[in-house]
Amino acid sequence: MIYLLILFPLMMAAVTFALPSNRWRPWLLPVGALGHLSLVVMMIFRLGEPATVSGLGGWLLLDALGKVVLGFLSVLFFLCALYAPGYLTYRADRPNRVFCANLFMALAMMTLVALSHHLGLMWVAMEATTLVSAPSIYFNHNARSLEATWKFLLIGSVGIALALFGSFFLAYASLRSGLESTLLFDQLIDVAPKLSPQWLHAAFVLLFIGYGTKMGLAPMHTWKPDAYGEAPGIVGTLLAGGVTSCAFLAILRVYQICRAGAEAEFARQIMIFIGLLSMAVAAVFMARQRDFKRMLAYSSVEHMGILVLGIGIGGLAVYGALLHLINNGLTKGVLFLSAGNIHRAYGSKLTDDVRGAIQRVPLSGALFLAGFLAITGSPPFGPFVSEFTIMNAAVGSGQFLAGGLFLLLLGIVFIGMGSTVLSVVQGEAPSQKQKNGFRDNISTGAPILLFMALVLLLGLYIPPPLESLLREAAAFLEVKP
Amino acid sequence: MVQILDPLLIVALALNFVALGVSRIRGVINAVALQGALLGTFPLLVHPDIGARGVLLVVVTLVLKGLVIPAFLVHAMREANIQHEVRPVINYMSSLLLGAIGTGLAMVFSNTLPLADQHRDLLLVPASLATVWTGFLMLTTRRKAIMQVLGYLLLENGIFLFGLLLLEAMPFLVEVGVLLDLFTGVFVMGIIIHDISREFASISTEHLTELKE
Repeated sequence: MIYLLILFPLMMAAVTFALPSNRWRPWLLPVGALGHLSLVVMMIFRLGEPATVSGLGGWLLLDALGKVVLGFLSVLFFLCALYAPGYLTYRADRPNRVFCANLFMALAMMTLVALSHHLGLMWVAMEATTLVSAPSIYFNHNARSLEATWKFLLIGSVGIALALFGSFFLAYASLRSGLESTLLFDQLIDVAPKLSPQWLHAAFVLLFIGYGTKMGLAPMHTWKPDAYGEAPGIVGTLLAGGVTSCAFLAILRVYQICRAGAEAEFARQIMIFIGLLSMAVAAVFMARQRDFKRMLAYSSVEHMGILVLGIGIGGLAVYGALLHLINNGLTKGVLFLSAGNIHRAYGSKLTDDVRGAIQRVPLSGALFLAGFLAITGSPPFGPFVSEFTIMNAAVGSGQFLAGGLFLLLLGIVFIGMGSTVLSVVQGEAPSQKQKNGFRDNISTGAPILLFMALVLLLGLYIPPPLESLLREAAAFLEVKP
Repeated sequence: MVQILDPLLIVALALNFVALGVSRIRGVINAVALQGALLGTFPLLVHPDIGARGVLLVVVTLVLKGLVIPAFLVHAMREANIQHEVRPVINYMSSLLLGAIGTGLAMVFSNTLPLADQHRDLLLVPASLATVWTGFLMLTTRRKAIMQVLGYLLLENGIFLFGLLLLEAMPFLVEVGVLLDLFTGVFVMGIIIHDISREFASISTEHLTELKE
C-alpha cells in the first residue's frame, strides 16, 4: 500500500509521457492528482483495511510529521493540477509532454521524501526532486529561463551535495562513539544521546546548509528569485509550496535527532538567527521590487525564514510553524497562479508595464490583492493565525528579542510588498497594445478561488482532524530525550 | 584499514592539481574521470570481503564515473562546439596555489578532528576534505558551464572518499541511488550546456547575468 503512493504517480508519469495528444494530455494531471489525493487520505486516516504504514524494512514510514507534509503536498498538487489544463490551453504552442510527465515525477519524489525514514534515501529523493523540476523551469525555452534553470540546478546540486556530506558526518558520529553506524531515523534518535557531540554539531550545520539551500533560506537563496521569476506560475507554486516543504521536513528530522541528543539549544540558535536573517534579506529586496514574480520569490524566502524561526523558538511555535507550512503553501498558490494570469494578460511582469490589473483581469487582480493581504498576515486569513501563534510563543517563553524583530520585519515586508502589489492592481490599465486574448475564465480562475477559500477557512476554523494531525506532529517533534 | 590506500590517495590528490592546472578542458575531464575511477576501486581495498553486491557497486561506479560521464561530457563539448581553453577567472598559478593552501589546511584540520582511533593516521579524511575544497575552487573560479559540472564531480569525489569510512552504514541501495542521481544530474546539466551554447553561441556563464537585482 505504501509503495502505491509512490508507484501510482510514477505510473501516471509514464502514461502521460506515452499519450500522444498535446491537447488532451494536461487533463491527465487532475485525474492523477485526484487518485493520489484519495490514496493519501486513505493512508492518513486508515480508511478501509488496516493499512501497513511502513515498507522496505522500515526505510519507508508514514509518521505524524510525514502525515502533515504528505497530506498538504497532495492537496497542493491537486489544486495545481486543476489549474494546469486551463493554463496549458493558453500555451498550446509549446509541447507539454515533458512538462506534464515531470510534474508527476516531482509528485512521486516529493511523496518519497515525506515517507523516507532513512537519511540516505531521503537524500536521493530530495536530489531527484531537483532534477525533475529543472526541465519545468525551462518550460519557456528562452535565455532568461535557461539562466534560471542553470542556477537552480547547480546551486541546488551543490547544496544537496553538502547535505550528503552532513549525512555521512551523522553516520560517523555514531561510528565514533563505538556504535553501529546507521542512517535510519528511529535508530539515530535512539542512540542520539551517545553520539559524539562535535560530529553531531558539524553534521547539523552541513545538513542545515544543504537542505536550507533547497528551502531557499538566506544567504543560500540566490537561485530562488531567478527560478521562481522565470518558471510558469504552476511550477512556482509547486516549488514554493512543495519542494521547500520537503526540504523543511528534512531539516525537522535532523533537528529531531539533535534534540534527542540534547543538542537542541545549538540547533535552535542557528535556526533563530538564519530565520530572522532570511526575513531581513527578503524585506530589503522586496522593497521597490519592480518584478512582481521575483517579489513572490522573496516572499518565499521570508516565509521559509518564519518556518525555521518557529522551530527555533520552540514550544507552541512548533505547532505554529507546522500550521504555517500549510498556510504559506496554500497562499503561495493564490499568489503565483494569479500572478501568472496577470503576467499573461499583460505580457510583462514588471510594474512599469502592469497597472490596473483589477480592471483588465478583475478576478485575478482581486485574488492577487487578497493573497497579498493573506500572506502578510492580515486577519482573517490563515497565515495570521499561524504567525500569531509563533509570536505568542516567542513572548510567552520570554524570547522578546526574537519576537520583537519578527514583528518588526513582518511590518517592513508588509509595506515593501504592498507598494508593489498595489501598483500592479490599482490605477488605470494601459491601453492594450497587442491583443493576446487572455481573460479571466473558469478554468484558470476557479482553482485559485479554491486555494483562497482554503486560506480563508484555515483563518476562521481549523478542522478537528487537521488540528489533531498538527498536534500529534508537534508533539512527535518535541519528544523529550 | 589497509595501508595500500595511502599511495593511491596521493595519486588522487595529485589529480586534483592536474584538474586545477591544465589549460585544456579535455585534460580536466580526463583527470576527473581518472580520479573517479580510482576512487571507485577503493571499496575493494578497504573491505576486500564486501561480497557480490559490493563488487557490483564497484563495477557500476567504474563504468559511470570512469567511462559514461566523461564520454558524455566530451560528447557535450563536441556538440556545443566548445573552445578547448579553460579560461579561468583567476590564473592557473593562483588556482594551484589556492589548491595547495587548501590541501595543507585540510591536513592540519584533520589532525584536530575527533576521529575514531582506527581512522586517526589515515590520509582518507584529509584527502576527502582537500578534494571537496578543490571542487569548490573549481565551481567558483571557472567561467564555463562544463567546468562547473567538473567542479561538482570533484566535490562528489571528495564526499565519496569520506563515505568510505562508513561502507557498512551506507547500504547498497543508497549508494546506487547516489550514483544514479549524480549521473542524471550530469546528464541534465549536459543538456542545458548544449542549450546555453545554442542560445549564446558560447558556454561561458558570463552571459548568464541577465537575472539580477
